[in-house]
Order: sequence, then C-alpha cells, then structure tokens
Amino acid sequence: MSRLDQLRGSGRAKRHNARTIAALTGNPGCNRRAVLDAAGIDKLKLAERVGFPGGFGQSRFALTRGNAFEAMLKADDCALLRSVLEVDLGVGYQDLGADDDDTLGSRHDRTAGLLAGATAALIDHPLLTLDVAGQTVYLEPDLIAYAHQGRLQVVEIKSFAIVDGQAESAKVSGAAVQAAVYVLALRALLERLGLDPSLVSHEVVLVCPENFSLRPVAVVLDVRKQLSTLRRQLSRLASVDALADALPDDLSFDLALDPALLVTALGHIEPRYAPECLSACELSVFCRSEAAGSTAALGRTVRESLGGIETVEEVLALASGEREPTEEQAEAAAMLRAALRLRTEVLP
Amino acid sequence: MSTLTALARALAVAEGRAQPIATVRHLHVHDHPLILIPLAMAGEANAPLAALVGTDPARPRLLAVAQPRNRDDRFAFAAELAGVLVPYLDSFTDRTEDVPVDRGKDVRQRYVDAPQIWVPNPGGIDFLRLFGRSTRFRTVDGENPVPAAVPLLGRWLTFFTNTAEVPGSSLLVNAVQALGLHWATGQSGAEDAQFGAQLAWIESGAAAAREAENGPVAGPATDPDFDNRVLAPLIERSAPELPDVLRDLLLPTWERMWRTLTLLRRLPAGERVRLRWDTDRDAFTAFTQHLAEGGPPQPRRDGAVAAAARLQRLENAATRYAVQRAFDDPLVLAEYRLTGTAFAGVVTLAKADRIDDSGKRPVLRPRIMVHTTEPVRMEPGTSLTSPTRPSQKARVVSVTPAAPEGHDVLLELSGGMGRKLVAEPGSVPAVGEHLILTTLSEAYRPSGVLPDPAETPWTHGGPPTPTDQTPTPQPAPTSAPAPAAAPASAPAPASDPASDPASAPAPDAAPDADPALATAADAEPEASRHADHRT
Repeated sequence: MSRLDQLRGSGRAKRHNARTIAALTGNPGCNRRAVLDAAGIDKLKLAERVGFPGGFGQSRFALTRGNAFEAMLKADDCALLRSVLEVDLGVGYQDLGADDDDTLGSRHDRTAGLLAGATAALIDHPLLTLDVAGQTVYLEPDLIAYAHQGRLQVVEIKSFAIVDGQAESAKVSGAAVQAAVYVLALRALLERLGLDPSLVSHEVVLVCPENFSLRPVAVVLDVRKQLSTLRRQLSRLASVDALADALPDDLSFDLALDPALLVTALGHIEPRYAPECLSACELSVFCRSEAAGSTAALGRTVRESLGGIETVEEVLALASGEREPTEEQAEAAAMLRAALRLRTEVLP
Repeated sequence: MSTLTALARALAVAEGRAQPIATVRHLHVHDHPLILIPLAMAGEANAPLAALVGTDPARPRLLAVAQPRNRDDRFAFAAELAGVLVPYLDSFTDRTEDVPVDRGKDVRQRYVDAPQIWVPNPGGIDFLRLFGRSTRFRTVDGENPVPAAVPLLGRWLTFFTNTAEVPGSSLLVNAVQALGLHWATGQSGAEDAQFGAQLAWIESGAAAAREAENGPVAGPATDPDFDNRVLAPLIERSAPELPDVLRDLLLPTWERMWRTLTLLRRLPAGERVRLRWDTDRDAFTAFTQHLAEGGPPQPRRDGAVAAAARLQRLENAATRYAVQRAFDDPLVLAEYRLTGTAFAGVVTLAKADRIDDSGKRPVLRPRIMVHTTEPVRMEPGTSLTSPTRPSQKARVVSVTPAAPEGHDVLLELSGGMGRKLVAEPGSVPAVGEHLILTTLSEAYRPSGVLPDPAETPWTHGGPPTPTDQTPTPQPAPTSAPAPAAAPASAPAPASDPASDPASAPAPDAAPDADPALATAADAEPEASRHADHRT
C-alpha cells in the first residue's frame, strides 16, 4: 500500500480529470489540494464530514442538454460531426470507451497503438496519461482526437452557445485549459512512442451549438498560451511524494474517522486559500473559514493594495501607527497611514 | 483596487460590518423604478424560466415558463414581459421639455423623465442582453411567427443593456454594482457577486452574510441542487404548483431589491448625478424617436466605424464619470490625493488683482500660494482644477519645499473670475482658505473624427455590404469580404471581462445583420424539438 493510499484510507480513489488538473494549476501553491487530489480523496465528502458542505453539483438540465448535443453530433456514424469538421465519410470512427471490462493499462495501450498507426480517423474516448506532481495520472477525456495525415487534433464538444461569434469568456477559457491538458497528454504519449510530439496541433477545435439553436458550429482555438502556462505550473508543483513523506506516519483522511480528527489532519497540510478557490475546489469553504482574518481571503488585488501585509489585524495596527513597521513594511505602512488619515479626515 | 477601498475592506473585516466608501450617492435612484429579476434555465442558451417584475413593492408579478425548452412558451414569455415593460416605458413619453442647442440658437425636445430598470446583478444584465438578441430579429409573419410585442421587447432590451455598458448611466442598474460603489464589505469581490450576502454585510454584518450565502439565489442562474431536487420533477410532470415554487424562490430577492433602493435613497445624491441623468434622458428620447420613425433593429455586430464611435463614446463617458465622482465626493477625491494626482492645502498668499500685460492686451492672472503637507507630484506648467471652482484653471508656477515640512505651491489662476480686469468677489481663493487641487479636469475634450461608414478603409474591412442594416443604399459588393467566412474566428477573447467586446472593432467586422437571414438561421425548430425529446 503506497503512502498516498494510506492517506486515503478505506474509500475508493477518485481519478484526476482535465478539470482537476486545470484547477490544480490554477492554484499551484496549494499543497493541501495537491496531496488530497494525488491521494484520490473525495474532497466533496471530506468537506461534508468536516461541516463545510459546498454546492458543487451539476444541474440535470445542463447534463441533459450536453448529452443531447453530443448524441446528436455522433448519431448516424457522426454524420453531423463530420459535416461540421469537414471530415470525409471514408474516415473511420473508433470509440475506445465502448467496452468497460478492460483494465486501464490495456486501454491505454490500445490508445497508444491506435494513435501511432492512425493516418485518418476519429478516435473517441482515448485513455491518456500525464505526469502530475510526480504521479502518473490517467485521463479519460471526453474528447475526440482527429488524426489526419499523421497529425493529431483535439476536438472538444461543449454545450454552451456561441452567439454571433462570441461566448461566455469564463466557459471558453475553461474549455481552452482543458483542451490544453489533452494536447499536453497526447504529446507526452507520442514522445513515449518515439514520435514527434509536435504532430499534435496546438490548435484545438471547439464544437458548440450556434446562437440559440442546437446546430453545431466549429471554431478553432489556439491554446499555445494555455499550454505554456500549464507546463510551467505543472513543473512548479512540488513533488507530492516529498509532501506526503513529510506528513506524520499515522495521518489519515479516512472518511470514516471522527470529523474533529479530520480537521486536525487537514491542519497538517498547508493550504493556500484565495477567493478563486470557491468556484474550483470542493474544500474551499473550509479553507475560507480557516483563512478568516487574512488579507489573502479578501482577494489578490486587495492584498496587493494593502502592501502584501499578511493579516487584517496587522494592516490596521500599521495604519493607526500602533505597530512599528519592519524595514520591508515601511513603504506599505506609510501608505496605509496616509490612507487612514485621509479616510478619517473625510469621514468624521 | 485603490488602497483606500482596500483599507475599507480591512476595516469591514475588523468591524464585522460593511464600511462606506462614498459620502454621496453616485447614481440616480428613480422614484418609480421597475424591478426585474430574471431566472434562466440551466444548460440552455438563454432560455427564460421565470421573472419577477413590477413597480410596486407590494405587487410583484410572476412570469413563468412551464416548459422552458419549448420555443413557443419562450416567446409567450417574451410577449408577457413586453406587456409589463413597454407600458412602463411608454408612461414616460407624455411630457417633454425644450433643451437649447447650438448656443441657444435652436431647441430640441427631451422627455422630462426616463424609465429606470433594476436587476440584481451583472448576470441579470447579461441575460437580458442575450434575450434581446434572441428576440429583436424575430418577425411577426413567415415560418415562425411571434407576437408583435416580441421584436419590440428585443430592441428595448438591447437598448437598455447597451446603456448599461456606459459608465455612469442609470437607465439599467444592477444592485450588486450599485451597492459596491458605496460600501466595501469584509469579503472578496468574488463573494460580493452574491447579492444576498453583499446586502447582509451592509444591513446586518458578517454573520448574517454567511447565513445569506446558503439562501435562495438572485438569478439568473439557479442552484444545481434546486434544479435536480425541485425543479426537474416539477417540470417533468408540468406541475401546477411550479409558479408558486418559483415565486417563493424569487421573493426574498424581490424584497432585497427594494431594501437596496431604500438604502441608496438615504444617501444624498452627488451634485453631478443630475447631469448624467440628463444624458440618460437624451438617450431614452433619441431611442424612442428611432423606434417611432420605424428604424431598424440594432445590428448583431457594429460595423467598423460604428464600433469605433461607440468605443470613443464609452471612453469619454468613463473619463467624465471618474472626474465627476471625484468632484462630487471628497472620499473619492481622497484616492487621488493618496496617489499624488491631487493635494489639499491652505492658501498662504493671494494677489487677486495681478495683471499680466506681457501680451497684446492685459489679462487678469491672479497668483496664490498654497501650503501643503501632502506629496506634490506635479511639474511646473501643469494645469490644476479645484472641485469648488471647476471653471477656473490653476497653472503650477513653482513648487518649493517649505519649513518645517511640506511644500509651497505657487499657482497662476485664469478663468472663472468674470470678464473684467478685476476678479468677481469670491472667485479668487482668499488667504486661509482650504483648497484641494487636482490634475483631473471637467473640461470638454473634443473627440476624434471618424470617416463616413461608406468610406471605411480596407484595413477595417471596407465599406459595409448591402446586407448591413444601414438604410442608405450601398454600391455593389464587388470588393467586400464574404460576411460568413471560415469558422476560424474564435469566440471573444477569454481574458478581460471588463472590456467591451461588443463595441471593440472586430477584425471581421463585416456585418451579417440581415434580419431575415437571422430569423431563418436561428429558428431551427428541428433542433429544439430534438432537445425536447431528450428529457
């Protein structure tokens, strides 16, 4: 039993996906998330156990529409998908996710074989791997790799609408980061197979409903920027093994444990809370309550405007002159004192 | 974020209550506003689920869609909403006033009042923008006819959501932004987006805000858990109690909206708020006339020239709004003092009758000396203004360090002192007067000259094609690029939500705004029926 399995305890491991990797790289300084994710711990349940449930469900309506859109595209041997991607009828379609009695390893091998040999094919549900924080994680992307004359392109199907060539920016950037994760994984795969990783295009195809109908439209996204961000942040992720080894030997996040014990256990891994976590991490409400009183909890811009001082208490003490600033705080403290003087002058 | 606002947030954390960041109200609050709380169906592209709407706090009206995926139900909802909104808008078109133009040589008409619509949050405005887009090109005849009120609603909603992008406009206001302009809470900006929590910080404090986070949403998005547990079963069996459930969901937000108005009304209005409301009334009058003259619906995308003109208007409005806020509110002006673009001081010397006769004819140029202990980061030659004398310019002659601390700033005044060689009484600051001087200025800025749309240079896509909305006939489109080119143009860049994608001159600005085309393309009954089957 590995150290990480030991941390998880009796529960089943949750697998990484592009969404969790994207979230991980969104806050690479958070050791807590890195360890919990690597150990496959169900953070939603953990948050519930420690008394901070978060609303992280997905609406049935959204799922229904997403499935309907995808089924529509793939119906009749992908007739609609072919037309929107301008792919010939002669190109084969293979769904690797079809039979599920396979072990992950063999499915991954079949993916590798297929990708290496494919000259022209639509390959659905390939199984990819990626090294995240010293761990090899399997990715089961809901994507199609379009192989064409030896080159590979990632096709992402999303059900948010593109109206007059514009879509909600948060959703587009989310899709772009996820697609970039797949591009990275595909390139890593080719490299292991001894092929040229640049055969995977940095341009991904996003297939979405157009305007207010369900008619699909394909747009090309250049994810070079997301790729370099991901690469940089994956390389910065501290090695999870080193983090796990530094933890006390008997530490466990087994969900059957007493909530008080779980809270103590969480205290052993350092978090880095930011308000952005609230929309990306199941444990965020717990971390927020821990971070109460810190300037980081108010957001990065507020913290920077306050001169990077750690806590609200310290900010106010420096502003009122109760506390002598250290040498590096001198500039921030002068600014805070001036701000407080102006505020009290205007607001009697 | 300015250090002053950040400090207010820190104070709010310490006090457990939101802290004021304005001493006056910076927006117009109407005596008879219309409140509109839209609710959308998750997953769908802008499918309305319900709206709570009305002008009377005691009588909210619920408009609900029984089957949000049914397009006929959607347009029936649009017609119903038009039935509430359009009469409200029309109620402001009965009385006009004369406004002198062209230096009093001519007059034009303006409605004495204009409507004001309130939604809970920026998401509500986004929803209305898309709802306007999905309805304004509809036709009342042809293959997929809709009630006549639907396209009219679409054009009104487009007008209002466009004005909501103009800084300082108060025709369509969202409560979250209005509150955030006047109070800083002890939580992050991301958390402020939740209307209930933000208002609770102001009304009751931190504990109540945490409580409100788990309360009903303020729309337009619903809570996924609510969708799965409550809404889906009700919609599946077309339950008659659906409207009651939706009303219960929206009522807390309805009450909060009215409490927000009460809170804001307690603040005195800034002096220049009225000027901006005048501009709003102008915009409302002009659009009413546009509709009355049978003008076309707003295009899907602005052409290159129209987009550049709009961007320029938005930039000018942003500048004007920033200056006016600072001049109206000493707490806002304090932000500029903190960054060194304004300073406060006391007049120590004043020579009110100084005449400059070095030019062709003598002119009145009084000089004053101002002593300040605040940082002065202005070079000699800079023009400054004091909010108490906005029409007077003060040029920095010299800045000299003073003993024991601070600086002496020598200023030469011009303007705002009458036409004679002797200054009007009180127009020159007297010794002992406290002054604030700033580089901000309300002076008129001429805008750049843009070409006629027919002369759009090729670098910007060339002149619009005849499929454009412009009523003037266009030459044959021999050189114009195909409007619907390759699908290579990616959706709006994902980086900056504050920027204005609608008005930025798009590289492929060739407008494909034929309303007939739009209707045919969007109708797609096949596809929507397909979706119905899936449930």
